[in-house]
Amino acid sequence: MRGCSRQRLIWQKGYCEDRLPLAQFSLTRCRGQDGGTRVECRRVVAMAERRGPCGIGGFGPAGSTGGARAGSSLATGAELEARARSFGGPANSRWLRLGAMEELDGEPTVTLIPGVNSSKKQMCFDWGPGEMLVCETSFNKKEKSETVPGCPFIYIIRKDVDVYSQILRKLFNESHGIFVGLQRIEEELTGKSRKAQLVRVSKNYRSVIRACMEEMHQVAIAAKDPACSCQFSSQVSILSAMELIWNLCEILFIEVAPAGPLLLHLLDWVRLHVCEVDNLLADVLGSENPRKHESFWKLPGTTQTLTELELKWQHWHEECERHLQDGTFASSPHLESLCKIMLGDEAALLEQKELLNNWYHFLVTRLLYSHPTVKPIDLHFYAQSSLDLFLGGESSPEPLDNILMAAFEFDIHQVIKECSIALSNWWFVAHLTDLLDHCKLLQSHNLYFGSNMREFLLLEYASGLFAHHSLWQLGVDYFDYCPELGRVSLELHIERIPLSTEQKALKVLRICEQRQMTEQVRSICKILAMKAVRNNRLGSALSWSIRAKDAAFATLVSDRFLRDYCERGCFSDLDLIDNLGPAMMLSDRLTFLGKYREFHRLYGEKRFVDAASLLLSLMTSQIAPRSFWMTLLTDALPLLEQKQVIFSAEQTYELMRCLEDLTSGRPVHGEPDAQRLQDDDIETTKVEMLRLALARNLARAIIKEGSLEGS
Amino acid sequence: MEEIYAKFVSQKISKTRWRPVPAGSLQTAETFATGSWDNEENRVSLWSIGDFGNLDSDGGFEGDHQLLCDIKHHGDVMDLQFFDQERIVAASSTGSVTLFLHHPNNQTLSVGQQWTAAHYHTSPGSPSCRSAPCTGVVCSNPEIVTVGEDGRINLFRADHKEAVRTIDNADSSTLHAVTFLRTPEILTVNSIGQLKIWDFRQQGNEPSQILSLTGDRVPLHCVDRHPNQQHVVATGGQDGMLSIWDVRQGTMPVSLLKAHEAEMWEVHFHPSNPDHLFTCSEDGSLWHWDASTDAPEKSSLFHEGGRSSIFLFHSISNQANVHQSVISSWLSTDPAKGRIEITSLLPNRTLSVNSLDVLGPCLVCGTDAEAIYVTRQLFS
Repeated sequence: MRGCSRQRLIWQKGYCEDRLPLAQFSLTRCRGQDGGTRVECRRVVAMAERRGPCGIGGFGPAGSTGGARAGSSLATGAELEARARSFGGPANSRWLRLGAMEELDGEPTVTLIPGVNSSKKQMCFDWGPGEMLVCETSFNKKEKSETVPGCPFIYIIRKDVDVYSQILRKLFNESHGIFVGLQRIEEELTGKSRKAQLVRVSKNYRSVIRACMEEMHQVAIAAKDPACSCQFSSQVSILSAMELIWNLCEILFIEVAPAGPLLLHLLDWVRLHVCEVDNLLADVLGSENPRKHESFWKLPGTTQTLTELELKWQHWHEECERHLQDGTFASSPHLESLCKIMLGDEAALLEQKELLNNWYHFLVTRLLYSHPTVKPIDLHFYAQSSLDLFLGGESSPEPLDNILMAAFEFDIHQVIKECSIALSNWWFVAHLTDLLDHCKLLQSHNLYFGSNMREFLLLEYASGLFAHHSLWQLGVDYFDYCPELGRVSLELHIERIPLSTEQKALKVLRICEQRQMTEQVRSICKILAMKAVRNNRLGSALSWSIRAKDAAFATLVSDRFLRDYCERGCFSDLDLIDNLGPAMMLSDRLTFLGKYREFHRLYGEKRFVDAASLLLSLMTSQIAPRSFWMTLLTDALPLLEQKQVIFSAEQTYELMRCLEDLTSGRPVHGEPDAQRLQDDDIETTKVEMLRLALARNLARAIIKEGSLEGS
Repeated sequence: MEEIYAKFVSQKISKTRWRPVPAGSLQTAETFATGSWDNEENRVSLWSIGDFGNLDSDGGFEGDHQLLCDIKHHGDVMDLQFFDQERIVAASSTGSVTLFLHHPNNQTLSVGQQWTAAHYHTSPGSPSCRSAPCTGVVCSNPEIVTVGEDGRINLFRADHKEAVRTIDNADSSTLHAVTFLRTPEILTVNSIGQLKIWDFRQQGNEPSQILSLTGDRVPLHCVDRHPNQQHVVATGGQDGMLSIWDVRQGTMPVSLLKAHEAEMWEVHFHPSNPDHLFTCSEDGSLWHWDASTDAPEKSSLFHEGGRSSIFLFHSISNQANVHQSVISSWLSTDPAKGRIEITSLLPNRTLSVNSLDVLGPCLVCGTDAEAIYVTRQLFS
């Protein structure tokens, strides 16, 4: 293994001015250790997946990724150092940017493309559906011939790695149902019932997250491989953080709890997410002044007004303070500190820091003992000071802290933005934003590109689902509820679904037909018809072109049927041709095919007169293609030779005219070769025979008709 | 419908089938098989709804189904049938047909017999063959009949490596499903609305009878035969219509019932209570049709939560056969008698319900939303 450097692909984000998101890329090179081995690849993958929504999702020999029917072709020859730009639809954007355009919201995720031979300095990339393909090329400036075999790998960089998690699939599927239900909530519902319904939806979402978290936890415990277990555990913590944030948002934005009940909700919130809190609270509350705190716990009683409560609490607080000043607990330092805590003494609380798991736990405890009737509007002040006190300048806040702080500040957009950056999937922000939008909290906010934020995030999420080979069906409903760009996105994505079986094609067709996507319906039917022709399944091909109402293709298939008939002398697929019904009118050629087959059936049933007039009308009405007239006239021969007269004199004249039309219009061939001479010979004989038969039939018909009139 | 349990399984379910209970035993259904489709790696899985300990006291796992074992399956599982108690036949989108063996001792599945390239296309110019999806399979020990997109019918025997009988070009369009009519006779439905009866005793490649919907050429996707009256057949079409046929007479269906809003993927008569019929559809619904006339009061013709639907029941058969002494409730042409009560079994609309199976009081169905639903109290 030679010392070769790794290529680094830096994903830069920005938007161009024509209101369409633009993803900018710069491919840069940096010296690194050897990167040629598979082991190395995997390590990098794991790292990339942990870091953010963008990671390398899979490797495979070139060509194995060609599952998509209209897969993007890879541009070749893009030089490594070249600054490449890629314009595209919403699917190409990486980050939602809410702030000023100039600044970056977060550090761009760096994805390492392992094992690239830098000495060749060649790499190209292209967008696949919802993902990016990066490949090494065998492009060589000096030698024009493509003798150098290229690197056998194409790297797929996926936008939303979480979509590929087996356990998270359950989250996506189950929440899809909740999402669709939410969209159908009656708009008329107002006030309390609407709010109650929205809270219920929010709780449903959370219960799905929790169920998923529990399963992930079980798997993490059961996993034998420590690395694997670690990965699951980190997923558990992500899910847990998601639920924590969601729950807080539910309390603050959806439930909109007023002062008083707010603290109770927050208590529940902390209790739900910090396992030790239960015991702790029981210890703290159950110890000292049971009588007094009993009355405190009656706090949510509906008969009490907020002022009454405040008065009572004030009274109790003063009593505690008096006890402390009197030195009632002086004999026991523990009791004393307990009393201090109950008075909301911050210093005393911070002494017990190790018992408090985190700053929001500290915040809620502090509020409980010092400001039980805290107003929503004041929350952010206490939150900020709690965070500062708790961290004490030792460490800086983490992403989760920032998100929670933004929520306490009632800055919804900041919450969504921070979540978009910190979390590894679009599921969370898309669903939360949608729910908040239904609470009518986001209406003022419009983006300077695309539609609004809700739609933007839903589109991102749905595009991720469509990139998945199996979850694409879920994405359809999300696109449906994006009023502005959903339809266009669906049209673009649905065309890329590989149609492996007819059953799958039918499902895709149904999606398109329900949405009157006629263009896509036609293209799918056409693809299937073409496939059937390639497989020599003319019956199927005809069925598909009838379904697509594709007259041109129906003509093409009908010609194939007629050609096969001319070659073999019998029809195939009679079950279909005999049952065309009104579909026969789709194209002239198809009509001819159906009618010509009918002629054969009539002839077979010995209904000669009907057969004869049908045969003649096929030519006189110009339905039969000229090239087929000779065959039709030849078919007339046995009818002309029947014992009884079948063609009337008038019909015989018509037949004669057809024959003369055909022979006179024949082009004169230059340079006749032996083969042609022979063909012409056969043809001439045929025409002579026909003329003879027609003349004889005419004679018989005239005699018959004359004698009938005479009698 | 009181209790219906859903479980999300991280794979789109294409087929669900109960394992048959031994003849004459009083056992109820407790094991079923599922097949997945459109996954990177598809699987055939066996599940149990049996009780695991006494967890139901605290409402935990009662009714929930647990995975017993599973095995990789190459390609989408297009159809699935129990051959007998221990063997399952799976039809693949790759054109192969596989017989899986279940080993109850160590709860594993293994491949018993495989017929690769049972279904294939022949290209006009080249001698090479392209595989064609096998769309349907039906078993009657020891015989297995398969149909496919290539319009071919194969007859296999479990112990034979080669097909016992093949009818090439049996159909010019795609064959969607197959079922046994009487032992040497099978019945197929195709994508141009035809129902064909084939008799394996006849040597030719022609069906012994063709029945079809008039004119419309609406594809038929599923077929099931009445368990007791072998001439009564139900089919489901692309337009969601349920058709009842009497194969002894006429070439047209006895009745057409407007049902689902999209493709009807499966129809099943209840095996021991054939006045009940079950259908599922691409539109995400699962319906229970009750044609038993003994039900005391039927307040409404159609029960479904909050959804009003036009329900058309019209019969197109002549009145000639009404006087027959034993007449199936499904062939009844008297509108008063022919009342059918329909119940929607799934609580919410979901993605396509691809498959269902009924056995005794138990029903199982699988969806594209990657959930398996099971109920054990069908007639409660």
